[in-house]
Formats: sequence, C-alpha cells, structure tokens
Amino acid sequence: MKTLLVILAALLALPAQAALNVLTTVPEWAALAQEIGGDKIKVASVTTALQDPHRIEARPSLIARARNADLIVATGAELEIGWLPVVQRESGNARIQTGQPGYFEAATYVRMLEIPGRLDRADGDVHASGNPHINTDPRVYLKVGEALAARLAQLDPANAAAYLAGYTAFAVRWRANLARWEKQAAGLRGQPVAVQHKSFSYLLDWLGLKEVATLEPKPGVEASAAHLSRVLEQVRAQKPRWVIRGVWESSRATDWFAANSGTPAVVLPFTVGGNDAAKDLAGVFDDTLARLLAAR
Amino acid sequence: MNRISVSMLAACGVLASFPAAAADPDLQALREEIAQMKHSYEQRINALEKRLAGAEASASAAVPASAGTAPGASARGAASGFNPEVSLILQGAMTKSQREPATWTLQGFVPAGEPAEVGPPRRKGLSLSESELVLSANVDPNFRGHLNLSLAPDNTIAVEEAWFQTLGLGSGLTLKGGRFLSGIGYQNEQHPHTWDFADAPLAYAAFFGNRLTTEGLQLKWLAPTDTWIELGLEAGRDSAFPGSDRNKNGSALGAVFARTGGDVGVSGSWRAGLSAVGTRPAERGFAQTDTTGNANTVAFSGNSRTVGADFVWKWAPNGNPSERNFKLQAEAFRRVESGDLSCVDAAGAGAGRCGARLAGTYDATQSGFYVQGVYQFMPHWRAGYRYDRLDSGDAAIGLVNRGALAAADLPQFAAWKPRRDTVMIDYASSEFARLRFQFARDASRGPGLVDNQFWLQYVMSIGAHGAHKF
Repeated sequence: MKTLLVILAALLALPAQAALNVLTTVPEWAALAQEIGGDKIKVASVTTALQDPHRIEARPSLIARARNADLIVATGAELEIGWLPVVQRESGNARIQTGQPGYFEAATYVRMLEIPGRLDRADGDVHASGNPHINTDPRVYLKVGEALAARLAQLDPANAAAYLAGYTAFAVRWRANLARWEKQAAGLRGQPVAVQHKSFSYLLDWLGLKEVATLEPKPGVEASAAHLSRVLEQVRAQKPRWVIRGVWESSRATDWFAANSGTPAVVLPFTVGGNDAAKDLAGVFDDTLARLLAAR
Repeated sequence: MNRISVSMLAACGVLASFPAAAADPDLQALREEIAQMKHSYEQRINALEKRLAGAEASASAAVPASAGTAPGASARGAASGFNPEVSLILQGAMTKSQREPATWTLQGFVPAGEPAEVGPPRRKGLSLSESELVLSANVDPNFRGHLNLSLAPDNTIAVEEAWFQTLGLGSGLTLKGGRFLSGIGYQNEQHPHTWDFADAPLAYAAFFGNRLTTEGLQLKWLAPTDTWIELGLEAGRDSAFPGSDRNKNGSALGAVFARTGGDVGVSGSWRAGLSAVGTRPAERGFAQTDTTGNANTVAFSGNSRTVGADFVWKWAPNGNPSERNFKLQAEAFRRVESGDLSCVDAAGAGAGRCGARLAGTYDATQSGFYVQGVYQFMPHWRAGYRYDRLDSGDAAIGLVNRGALAAADLPQFAAWKPRRDTVMIDYASSEFARLRFQFARDASRGPGLVDNQFWLQYVMSIGAHGAHKF
C-alpha cells in the first residue's frame, strides 16, 4: 500500500508538458491549430477523416488523452454531443470542461446555416444550433483561426506573440488561397448539385452552387431505393452536374444515384486526411475544387 | 477638406440659410461647396446605415450559434433555459417461456431477493418493462447532478440513481456521491437500455441481483498516462444484495476497481478491468420449503467477498462504426462467502425441520462468467450470441455436515452448473429506437429443467441526446 502511494504521488507530481497540449475532435481543427501554434503546441485529433464525426465511441484512449490536454478544440453545434461530454466528464480534467478557457467551440465564431425552425426528431438527426459541418467553407478558418489564436495566447501568454504571428502568416497565405480558389471556381456559380447528406452546405454556400436534391430523406436517415427513385424523378429536369458525398459516408446511395441518373459521383475529402491529396487544409480545398472541376 | 468639422458645418449651415447677399459670387461658391458636402455626407451616412443593417441581420442570424449548446435555448425563456436535460426511455416486451416465470431460480445460488425487471422473463405475454426518466445538468462550474427514476410496470417508482459528481477536482480525480451504479465490472455501470441483450447475464443475476448499486461515495483517479488507467474506490451502505442493510455506522460495503484500455491500430480498441466487492451481510434471508413441506426462512451472516475480471474488445473498420462493427464482451466473477447459516420456521411456530432455530457454519466458493459477441453486419442490423456459465460449487453447510438437517432440507444449495445460450437479432431505425428478438435456452433451474425463452422487445429513447460510455 505504501509503495502504491509513493507511485501515486510520483505520478501526480509529473511535470507539465512544456508545449501546450491541444486535442481536437476532428482533423481540420488540428491542422488549423498546427498552422497557428507551430512548434509551441503539441496537437492531435482524436478522430480521422474516415470516421463519421457524429458516431465516435468515447474510447479509453480518448479519455486518457483528454486527461492531459490543456485545450480541447471542438466543432460544437452538437456535432460531438454523443461522445465528447462523456470524455470531458470522465477525464477528471478541470481545464477542459465546458465554460473553461480550455474548451473551445469553433461554431461559436461562425454564421450558422440551416438552423431548424423546430426541433423534432421526426425530422431526423437535426441540430438545434444549425448544420455543424462548418469546416467545408474555407472562409471559416479565418474567423475560427483568429479566435483560436487569441485563445492559445490566453492559455499560454508567454507565447502570445508567436500565436498572433502564426495566425497573421496563416491569414495572409489563406487569403491568397481564397482568391485563387474563388477565381478557379468562378465558373461553378449557380450550378445544380445533388448531395447525399447535408455535409457540404457551407461549401455550396461559398461556391454559390445550387443544391437541388439531398439523397437522405432526413438528416442521418439512410435513403431507401423507393426514396432514391423519387428523388431521381424530381431532379431529372434540373440535371445536377454532380452528386457529392464525403469520404466517411456510405457509398450506397450516391453510387445508385450516379449509375441511374448518369450524374458523375464525386467523393470529396471533407477534411484533412480524407484522401492522399488532402494532406493539409489548403490541400483539402485544392483537391475539392480539382474534383469538382474535373467531373464537370 | 481639412476645414470640415462639425462646428464648421454648423456655421456653414447658418450661412447657407442666410437669405441676403445671394448675388455675391463668393457666397454662391460657398453654397455650392456646402451642397456638395451635404450630398457626400448623406451618401456616406446611407452607406453606413446599410452596413449597420447588414451587420445587425447577420448578428441576429448568428445568435442561436452563440447561445450555447442547450437545445432550443434561444427559443425558450431565460429562466427555463436552465432546465436540466431530460430523457425518457420506454421499454416493453412480449415474452414466451415454456416454464412458469414465477418459479425461475438459479439452482445452487442464494436468491438475490425479488427478481428484478432486468432479469429473466417475469411474466408471459405482452408486458411493459421499466421506463426510465433521466434528469441531469451541471449544478455549477464544479458539480454535475443526475437523477434516474425507474418507473416499474406495477406502478411503483424507484430511484435507480441520484448522484452528484465533481467536474473539476483536477489531477484526474473525480468524486461521486449519492446512489449510483457501482463502477465494478463492465456492464454494471450501463443502463439496461444500452445492453446488447434483453436481460442481464446470469453472473450478474447470481452475484449482484442483476446489478450492484452503491449508496455512498466513489472516488476515481485517472492516471496521467497515454494508456488509460483508472483506479476507483467506493464506500457505501449495504442496502442491496449481496449486502443486507445492516444500518451500520460508517461504510458497510466497499468496492475497488482498476481498469485500463487503449487502441490497437485505428480499427480496434479494448478495455480490461479487475474489481472486488466486500461486505458483511447479517441475516440475509430467503424463503424455502424443507422436506416436510414446511416454509422456512434461511439466512446467512458473515463475510461476502466477490472478485471479478472484465474485458471488452470493439472493432470497426477505420474506426467508423456506422456501417459495420463488432463487440466482444466477457466478464467473470468469483464469490467467497463464509459465516453462519440459520434456518427458522417462517411462521414462527417452531414447526418443520428447522424448528425454532437451527444454526451452523457456511462456506461457499462460487464462480461464473459470460462471453458475448455482437456484430453489426449492415447499418441498423445487429446479431449476437451470449454464453452464460455458472458453477455453484459444493457449499460446506455445518447443519448438514453434523446431521441436523438433510441436504434435501436446503434444496437451494444443491450444487448445479447453470448454463444459458442466448441469441439475438436487433434492428435500430435510429440511435433512439431499437427492436430486438431474442431466444434463450436456459438451464438455470436445475437438472432436466431446461426453459426456452423468447423475447420481442422494444427500447425507445426520447428527449436529450445522452452520450454513452465505451
């Protein structure tokens, strides 16, 4: 028993990590934090681009990593509601509880789309605060990045200047990227598109694409064959240019729709790591645009 | 235009409204200049007003996002926005069993009291199962509160859980107080609506009366390591089986648990744990019938120690469980009880084989385990199998050994190895609704008393989206 207590005391007294320990719920915020924080922070995402961010298990490894985190960066808007609250509570870590500076929600800094007028699960997997897939609009990273840099500076005042400089440099690069992408995609404005899940509403909003059909009858509810046939009939006249889905979504509905309508199916990386080209944030949008332009 | 200031403008205004000296060319020029300035300022003010209106519009659009995560917070009044998260679980089943459910027993094991709703079928045909009403919310930045009421089909309400938990003790420590599902084992902490089968494993039925509820305190410590290591300590009253509600000062039931877990690649994750529960029941009794047909009360007083091991393995391709996933779950328990066993005539008339009171020593070592696997082979559909096995061992009963009673006078203690095979298939139309078919071949009642049990069960959840543990 005495030995155990000694070990406990030794573990409790472990020195804090020198670099700020940042844990993000999804890969895009890890990439953004890395751009801003550079070598001043140690950052990791608890999920990969191939996982459905709505359905993550509160795995032991997540709780262990949350235990030592100085900052949790989440999307918010209830995207992580099925697992993050358990991870926070089980972590025994006071710093990352909701309301503490160590808990950052990106959606707070973004103008939300598709805020439901009523909350009823008969409408499927609806989110009270609006569509949580904010990461598909590149403009979001400027606003979130600015707030995140301020938060990093608040948590680690010694490196405040580095975070500000990191964000400023990122913003300069990102604005140049935005200008380039918007020029590339100018011809896409107003084009009709079919989506599988409402994963890309922010991307469509940015590019000015017109969503003419959603394959899912309701958010999070898989399409039946009968429903897909109805959707196909409805949009035949509008001739969608693409049917798009995220890499983590089931291929079934999109493939069926593509095969039966002749509309090219485009699988977008959705976030960092979604495919080989999407190695970083800029890569995600380079690849997304390349795929849309190539499949015209 | 550096001449322009508010006072200048005012002066100009006075000049401009001056009726005389219109012919003066200087004055005319000045008037023109003022008119231009007026026009230019009006344009700038208009533009500013437009920007302000735009900003107001987008700010009001963004309000729900910044109003926090409480669902519908923006739509509700400020006071009711603090209402706790409410969720309600509705459950019911249609069961069919070959043998009379009321006579179900685990041969060789001391009955754990009134058969619980989550055990084997209690009624034949269509019936409601327990409904759960859950209220929870953060109390303040330091505490969280949680209440779980179980509404039984016989119109009684039970407080299943009512506890507070610290949110930020720091150093990985969490303190929980009140009545809560004990942290021992794996399935014990999970509510029946999250179970993969309609009823509890036999091992839980035998050793904890389907689940161990602690009424007291729990302290957990999470090690600051990359591998998840959690240690827990519980102290409480022994209000339920295997305790006997002794109404004792201090702690009457103690439990410890240690568990660890991690990932194997991106697709696999695991968890393993050890736990122990100790208590000292006094006069923990049950009713039985001796060889003369007389009803007696048999009671145990002494030490009860249970140790357990649990293991869980979850697999999902790329860690994305929405399409396919697999879960393997196994737990084993071993209980050592030693003390005294007494037997009295239930009517108090001193009749039957036990008479007024007989007492002797009692020593038993009993064990049991279950292994179950559940595979989601396509979205919404899962199939599973569970194997239950218990070993009652041969109890050393002083009353029988010294010849005061025949072994047949204590029929519940006749050694048996209960076994059950269960298969299930379930369909979840969403994460909030599940329909399950289950079949069990149950050999718990003793030699030659196999029972075939069929279940058709529904589990529906409404209200706040609860987050589930691993």
